[in-house]
Amino acid sequence: MGEEVKVFRTWSSPFALRVVWALDLKGIKYETIYEDLSNKSPLLLQYNPIHKKVPVLLHNSKPIAESLVILEYIEDTWKHRPLLPQDPHQRANARFWIKFGEDKVFPAVRDSLLKQGKEQEEAHEAALESFKLLEEELKGKKLFGGEEIGMVDIALGWLANLVSVLEEVLVLKFIDEHKFPLLSAWMRLFADIPVIKQSWPPRDKLVTKYIAIREARLATN
Amino acid sequence: MADEVVLLDLWSSMFGMRVRVALAEKGVEYEYKEQDLRNKGPLLLEMNPIHKKIPVLIHNGKPICESLIIVQYIDEVWHHKAPLLPSDPYQRAQARFWADYVDKKVYPPGRKIWATKGDEQEEAKKEFIEILKVLEGELGEKPYFGGESFGFVDISFVTFSCWFHVYETFGNFSIEKECPKLMAWVKRCQERESVSKSLPDEKKLLEFVYYLMKIFGIE
Repeated sequence: MGEEVKVFRTWSSPFALRVVWALDLKGIKYETIYEDLSNKSPLLLQYNPIHKKVPVLLHNSKPIAESLVILEYIEDTWKHRPLLPQDPHQRANARFWIKFGEDKVFPAVRDSLLKQGKEQEEAHEAALESFKLLEEELKGKKLFGGEEIGMVDIALGWLANLVSVLEEVLVLKFIDEHKFPLLSAWMRLFADIPVIKQSWPPRDKLVTKYIAIREARLATN
Repeated sequence: MADEVVLLDLWSSMFGMRVRVALAEKGVEYEYKEQDLRNKGPLLLEMNPIHKKIPVLIHNGKPICESLIIVQYIDEVWHHKAPLLPSDPYQRAQARFWADYVDKKVYPPGRKIWATKGDEQEEAKKEFIEILKVLEGELGEKPYFGGESFGFVDISFVTFSCWFHVYETFGNFSIEKECPKLMAWVKRCQERESVSKSLPDEKKLLEFVYYLMKIFGIE
């Protein structure tokens, strides 16, 4: 029985990478469709009319949008190589940290890129505060998922690649090895996992992209 | 051995109400502990040290935070009765998508309708009505967002319904006029004891907002 799985993504979207990692970890075969967000395909608009964004997962012609919703769908559909714990309290804890990443970590790092002056300082401070909490959570663990990658690692995985890119673009330190030894070790361990390593977008292209985004922002102010 | 279930909550919070509705749907007995958010107690600070917010569910001494995460937890633990999420993975994904949509979109403009004035308030009102219309579109002809059964998306959104009176009063508009099918859904949900017993009286909420404005010095 052929299962048709398609992933709509861009070359650089950190959210789409989550979906790629989850499918690759579970050994699911899929077709990749690259979108140009300045010229969205009719299919993308049909499959994600509400947000019109990537990633979108198409499974047997049915679309699912929002990367974290897609991760839960992948987990519900392909039950081998689980990404969430079995115990309900541990599952709730995993979901808590995934939400923390979305609500606190990502916006602070994003605003450090997009803002200037005092606003940028505040965003940077907020990012450092959020890293302190991640550092605490890693105590006694190699990965957020324990011995193996779990959904929290996948949801936070963008840190392992984008942080060093943004540190270069902004000339601003985010994750100092001495201040955040566990988080630094996690980033190295995560980035080295074959399934993860093979799918990082090219670093030089990412640096160019984020420099351009920052410059465009500064120009509009 | 009996389960010990405690809910740390605030009577007016639409997020806390979600947990009350879910527990009621499952017939779970629990102890409700009203929190004073301007003077946070040691239990709240111990059980939710990161966000220091309500709701927090404490089950046999272990805390669970974030309302929709709590509702999923309740569904997984008390799974023998009243399933809140569908069993089909695609239907579950749709439910998660729409609950996420409600969670991200409804609260901010709703709050601005009563907490701001002039252009900012007008913008918020327009945005709010648009969002409600999208939700009404998703509901379609179904009795509930979950289809035939009351479920996760219904729980995530119905708790805003007691706040509609506040939004309508301050925004000077009628949600019934803008979204009649949505209001029919609200009335249908309110016929469920889990909802009617968990949501406060809308007039009390309006009085509460007037009180908040006084203490925060909003005109």
